[in-house]
Amino acid sequence: MPASDSNNISRRIVSLLMENSPGALSRVIGLFSQRGYNIETLTVAPTDDISLSRLTLITLCDDQTIEQITKQLNKLIDVVKLVDLTEGEHIERELMLIKIRASGEAREEIKRTADIFRAQIVDVTSSLYTIQLIGTQQKIDAFIEAVKDSNVIEVVRSGVSGIARGEKVLSL
Amino acid sequence: MLKDQDKSPASGGTHPSSTNLTEVNADTEMLSGGDMVARALEEEGVEFIFGYPGGAVLHIYDALHRHPKVPHILVRHEQAATHAADGYARSTGKTGVVLVTSGPGATNAITGIATAYMDSIPMVVISGQVQSHLIGEDAFQETDMIGISRPVVKHSFLVKRTEDIPRIIKTAFYLAGSGRPGPVVVDIPKDITAPSYKAPFDYPAEIALRSYTPAEKGHSGQIRKAVELLLRAKKPIFYAGGGVIQGNASAALTALVRHLNFPITNTLMGLGAYPGSDRQFVGMLGMHGTYEANNAMHESDVILAVGARFDDRVTNTISKFCPQATIIHIDVDPASISKTVISHLPIVGPALPVLEEMLTQIKDIEAQPGIANQVDTEALDQWWKKIEGWRQTHGLYTANRFDDTSEHIKPQEVVQLLHRLTEGKAFVTSDVGQHQMFAAQYYLFDYPRQWINSGGLGTMGFGLPSAMGVKLAHPDSIVACITGEGSIQMCIQELSTCKQYDLPILIVNLNNGYLGMVKQWQDMQYESRYSQSVYQDSLPDFVKLAEAYGHVGIKITDKSQLHDQLQTAIEISKDKVVFVDVYVDPHEHVYPMQIAPDGAMNDMYLSKTERT
Ligand SMILES: Cc1ncc(C[n+]2csc(CCOP(=O)(O)OP(=O)(O)O)c2C)c(N)n1
Ligand SMILES: [Mg+2]
Repeated sequence: MPASDSNNISRRIVSLLMENSPGALSRVIGLFSQRGYNIETLTVAPTDDISLSRLTLITLCDDQTIEQITKQLNKLIDVVKLVDLTEGEHIERELMLIKIRASGEAREEIKRTADIFRAQIVDVTSSLYTIQLIGTQQKIDAFIEAVKDSNVIEVVRSGVSGIARGEKVLSL
Repeated sequence: MLKDQDKSPASGGTHPSSTNLTEVNADTEMLSGGDMVARALEEEGVEFIFGYPGGAVLHIYDALHRHPKVPHILVRHEQAATHAADGYARSTGKTGVVLVTSGPGATNAITGIATAYMDSIPMVVISGQVQSHLIGEDAFQETDMIGISRPVVKHSFLVKRTEDIPRIIKTAFYLAGSGRPGPVVVDIPKDITAPSYKAPFDYPAEIALRSYTPAEKGHSGQIRKAVELLLRAKKPIFYAGGGVIQGNASAALTALVRHLNFPITNTLMGLGAYPGSDRQFVGMLGMHGTYEANNAMHESDVILAVGARFDDRVTNTISKFCPQATIIHIDVDPASISKTVISHLPIVGPALPVLEEMLTQIKDIEAQPGIANQVDTEALDQWWKKIEGWRQTHGLYTANRFDDTSEHIKPQEVVQLLHRLTEGKAFVTSDVGQHQMFAAQYYLFDYPRQWINSGGLGTMGFGLPSAMGVKLAHPDSIVACITGEGSIQMCIQELSTCKQYDLPILIVNLNNGYLGMVKQWQDMQYESRYSQSVYQDSLPDFVKLAEAYGHVGIKITDKSQLHDQLQTAIEISKDKVVFVDVYVDPHEHVYPMQIAPDGAMNDMYLSKTERT
C-alpha cells in the first residue's frame, strides 16, 4: 500500500518543546522546507524553564504526512517532546493587532464591531484605531471579514498557540 | 553523565577569556582548545583523521603535531577526506573523522557529508570557522557551515566556548554512532582553539541527552505478531538493507533466514548482510535487481524488511508495489517506517536484538506441538520451486545473461573474474554508473562491510578515496576499487595520497569510453542521442597517469589476456597501487532493468531485446 495516497487534507496543530539553543529553530523550519511540508503559522518562545522553547505550528496535510512530520520532528536532536494537539481536546488562541482608519461615521461602526468581538482598542489617534483581538484563527478571520469594508491599514497576527485541555500536558 | 543544566545554552558568544569558570579540580589538565580537540580525538580512540589544513584550523593542526598518537592522513581534496573517512567507517563500523578548514574546505566536504548522510554512516566532521567576532561579516573564508550542512547532517554544533569542546566532541561521537548513525559537524571558530587561552579538560565518560533516546530493543509484542505472520506465510521473503550491516546484525539475520529456509534479497546497501553465494540468496532487488528477486518480492505474501527503507530505486511504482504482501518493517529509525510504503507491522528497534529475539521466539513456538506452530514446508517447497524456475529462465547466476562469446571484454566477466581471483574475499569499493551495478551483481559478497558504495546519493568520485579509508583499516586485505573512466577522474588526485601513505589499492577501471549509465538511458529513452556522455579521444592514458603518480599501470584490451593480466595486477597490488585500465564493450547495458515510469517491481527489461 503506498503511503500518502489519501487526499483528506486537514489542519493540524503541532506543538513541541525543544532545546532553547541556537540553531534549533532553523532545524525545525529547515525540515519543513527540505521535505516540502507546509507551514501556515508558527510561533515560538522560551517557556518557564528557559532551557526549553515551546514552538507551535499549523500545517495543512493528510494523515500520512502528519505522521511523517511528527516522526521527522521527533528525530531532530533538539526536539525534546512533541504533540499533535488536534488529536485531542485543546484550546488554541491567536492574537491580532489591526490598525484601521477610523474617522467620521466609520469610527463608531468600528468600535461597535470591536465590542461585538470583545476586541480591545489599544491605541487611538484622531483618525486611527489600533485594535487587539485574541481568539481562535476562525474568530480573527471573522473579524477581518467584518471590517473589510473599512480602511484596514495594517494587520499583525501572532500565529496560533495551543494547549491541551484538562490533565494532558506537554512537559518534561 | 551529563546533567540537564549542562545542556542549557552556553553563555552566548562571549569571548572565552571573559567567561568565569566553575571550580577546577586541582588535577584537571588545563589545555588550549586546539589541544582539547587533539586530546578528545585520542580519548575517542580515533585511529585516523582525514583532513586538509587551512587558516581556521591551524591551531588544531599545531596541536596534532604535538599529539602524533592520532595519525592524520593528508588528502588532496576535502571531498576525498570525507569519502576516505566514510570508507573507513563502512568497513570497520567505527566513526570516521574528518578535519577541514573554513570556507572552501568546509564546502568541499559537503558532498562527502551528504554521501554519508544518505547511507547513515557514522562520521564526525570538525570544520574550522572564522574567529567568533568575525562571524556574520563575510570574513575571509567564512561560510555558514552549520547552515550549509544542515539538511545533510544528523546534527551539528557551533562551538562558542573553549570549555565546551570536550562535551561537544563527546556528544558528536555519541550521536554519530548511535541510533541511526550519521554525520555530525562540529564547527569551531579559530579563536576557540587559540593556544593563548587554556581551560580545564575533563572528558566526559558518558553522555545522556534528554531529547535523544534511540530504541535499544524491539517491542516483544510486535515481534511476536511478526513471528506469527512469518510462520503462517506461504510465499515469504526477507528484504534486508544497509541497516543490517550498520547494526552488526548479519550473523543474526543469517541464522534466522537459514532456520526458516526463506528466500532473501539484499538492497544495494545491504549486499553482504547475507552471504551472496548462499542458495537462499536470490540476489539484489530493485532497479537493477535480479529477475528472481524482483519476481519473488512482487509475488510474496509476507515481506520482512529489515534495515531497508523502500527507496524508489527498489520499489518502482509505489502503487503497484507487491500487491499481495503483508509488510513487516524493522528499523531503528521510526521515520523510515511507512515513509513511502505503508508497513502493516512496524517494529522500531536495532536490527540485532530484534532479529535475535525473533529467532528465539520462533524456536519457542516451534517447540510447541501442532502444525500451526511450524513453517508450512509444503507451501515453502512450492515457493522455492517457483523461485528456481525464475532462476533457471532469467536468473543472473544460473547462466551468463550477457554475450560471453563477444570479442569484446564484457564488464560483467571482469567482475566475475575478479571475484574468482580474489576468492571472493576482497573489499570492493565502487563509484557510480554501470560498473557499480556490475560490481553489485557479479561480485557475490559473502561478508558484511565488504562492499563499499554510495547507494543513496550516488556520488561519482567515491570509489578511490573510500578505498583509501578501507585500506588503512585493513592493510592486509585486497582492496579493489571498481570504477569507470568517468568517475575515477572525479577524485583521481588521490593517487597522490595513496603514494604518500603507501596504500596499495587495486583500481579496476571498466573503461567503456562513455558515461556509460548516462549512455544507457540515452539509448533506452532518447533514441541514442549521446548528449554529453562521450569523451571521444580526450581520455588520459591511465597507465602513464598511474606511473606519473609513482604507481603501476596495466592496460588490458585483449580478452585472451584478461585472466593473466588481472592475476598479475592482483599480485602486484599486494604492495603497490595498480591501475588496471580494462577496455570493455562500450555498448553493454546493465540488465535486468525495471521498467519505469509506471512499472511494478517485476516489470523489467531483461536484455536489449527482451522484456517481461
Ligand atoms: C557527482 C556525480 N555527477 C553526476 C552523476 C550522474 N551519473 C551517474 S552514472 C554517470 C556515468 C558514470 O560514468 P563512468 O564513471 O564512466 O561509469 P560507467 O557508467 O561508464 O560504468 C553519471 C554522469 C553522478 N552520479 N555523480
Ligand atoms: Mg564509463
